[in-house]
Amino acid sequence: MSEIKSSESYRKKAKAAAAKPAAFGEDIDLSTYLTSAEEQPYQPDPEQLPAQAREHMLEAGVVLDDTSQRSGTYIQMDNTPVHSSIRGDGVEVIPISQALKKYDWLSDYWWQAVAVDTDKYTANVELNRGDGYFIRALAGHKTVFPVQACLYLAKARLAQNVHNIVIAEEGSELDIITGCTTASREDPGLHMGVSEFYIKRGAKVTFTMIHSWNPAVAVRPRTGIIVEEDGLFLSNYVLMKPIYSLQMYPSARCVGKNATVRYNSILVAGKGSSLDVGSRVFLEAKGAKTEIISRAITTGGDIIARGFIDGGAPEVKGHLECRGLILNSGGMIHAIPELKGNLAGIDLSHEAAVGKIAEEEVEYLMARGLTRTEATATIVRGFLRVDIQGLPPMLGAEIDRTVEASEKEVM
Amino acid sequence: MLKIKQLAVAVGKKEILHDINMTIGTGETHVLFGPNGSGKTTLLAALMGFPKYRIVRGSITFQGKDITGLSLDERARLGIGMSFQRPPVVRGVKMSDMVAACLKGRGDAKTIAKLAKQTDMEDFLDREINYGFSGGEIKRSEMMQLLAQKPKLALLDEPESGVDLENIVLIGELINELLEKHCPIPDRKCMGLIITHTGHILDYVNARTGYVMCDGRISCQGDPHEILQTIKESGYGSCVNCLSRRHLNV
Repeated sequence: MSEIKSSESYRKKAKAAAAKPAAFGEDIDLSTYLTSAEEQPYQPDPEQLPAQAREHMLEAGVVLDDTSQRSGTYIQMDNTPVHSSIRGDGVEVIPISQALKKYDWLSDYWWQAVAVDTDKYTANVELNRGDGYFIRALAGHKTVFPVQACLYLAKARLAQNVHNIVIAEEGSELDIITGCTTASREDPGLHMGVSEFYIKRGAKVTFTMIHSWNPAVAVRPRTGIIVEEDGLFLSNYVLMKPIYSLQMYPSARCVGKNATVRYNSILVAGKGSSLDVGSRVFLEAKGAKTEIISRAITTGGDIIARGFIDGGAPEVKGHLECRGLILNSGGMIHAIPELKGNLAGIDLSHEAAVGKIAEEEVEYLMARGLTRTEATATIVRGFLRVDIQGLPPMLGAEIDRTVEASEKEVM
Repeated sequence: MLKIKQLAVAVGKKEILHDINMTIGTGETHVLFGPNGSGKTTLLAALMGFPKYRIVRGSITFQGKDITGLSLDERARLGIGMSFQRPPVVRGVKMSDMVAACLKGRGDAKTIAKLAKQTDMEDFLDREINYGFSGGEIKRSEMMQLLAQKPKLALLDEPESGVDLENIVLIGELINELLEKHCPIPDRKCMGLIITHTGHILDYVNARTGYVMCDGRISCQGDPHEILQTIKESGYGSCVNCLSRRHLNV
């Protein structure tokens, strides 16, 4: 990605932050990972990708055998885009390297929603550019089917660097499914992914991210979202497969009147998994709204579930809900909900609950004839069910499918 | 038939029920009166098999089978069902899922819709069980689940408590449906044991036998309407005195 335009100042800032630890989460030693991988060949027909890769991608919600239900597809293996395509008009899906060559104006968005010197992971993405996707919905265009993107880690011990930009132009509607997965079910790797979202006036983006890594992979996504007047950003995050370490704290800014952000997260941490996951929203304009909902289950791993809402404008409204379920002793859930406000008339609230399954509820279901195992599974399934307001039915079905497919492992 | 013989039940180390004897024939409905704290709910919970309620003496025979040692879910699968006075909220689990579980494959979405209409719960199928339900809604939800479960023995814990007049008529109709009151007496299969503190439910549901429970013992047995009349006239105090006299053999 050497041709892309970016100012020298970003590189300078990145170099200065190259060793800067993140504010949260385990500090990952970047020197233990490879910085480069062989270029992967471009594949015009995604159905021709190796069967195992397609199978793993499917587990992360990326469908390659029949893309008729997708408006566009982007596949990146390691640091190389291997496929990008669209079906129909009104949406662009190309590698960010191409987009930066194509559009001079794109540099106006580069590192605007996420600071390049946030920590060593953002710095590393800038210093070792590894491509990413550029998805743009044109003004007024409403995609019927979601765009799908897959970030695939093929090479063992690789540090994958990704920089994505999503722009929803005025009045557009765009649904995106991003699936992240690995070729190996045991090799270590590191995924560092910067994603910048720009939701213009009256635009609506539903972003569903399904992570399906392996127990040796460390993941450091860095996401920033800027939502303009009457814009809506709806984020759904699902992690039900084992992972070594995940730390992310996506940050959204509602900069326009009545801008809305909703986050829903479903997290499962098995033994050996360490998750530090949160969602943060700054309500900077009158009437902006947010809702942050997370469901966390530990079957032996550790979860820190954060949430932060800053109500900094009149008539803003925010609610934060974090519920944690401890299925096995040995695991830990630490809920940290935070609210900040300095204006009269704002409405911020939170609720958090962490505990094991109530025996009273299990027995209630058993009194209807369910065995203890069936009753527990029913309660867990219900716990993981987040009724997501405004979610297109197709994406809802995709999330349900992922949750159902992983339930047995959770139980 | 349900046969309870010399049953004693403890919660923790404390014995709550003593020497309970009761026989409910197939298709019969019996009513258990008693003041608050007398042990009525403990009896129902012990019959259902909740682990907290430990049987320390005696036996329970259901349909000719000794179920004293069976677990809660085993008893439910044998055909014992219970409507709870204060059921727990189960977040995330929808009414429709619960009713489907109660049906155990004996019905589909149409069956669920029909039951919802019958119990006036059509707007509740997508709601989480008991979350934000009013008193009447809880009772209708319990009845909907029991109607789906189709038990051979229905244990109904204070079905009229917290229910307004409009709802109590419907609850009465649903209990009659559950207990097959529309069938000729010899054709009824479902047995019922109804706990009532006030006796109001008897205005809507007929019962064959009544009992009064005081301090964990059955103090008397007889025609339920006569018993209710006595309670209305003299209060539960007379039952307690009566029981004390019998224990002292005076």
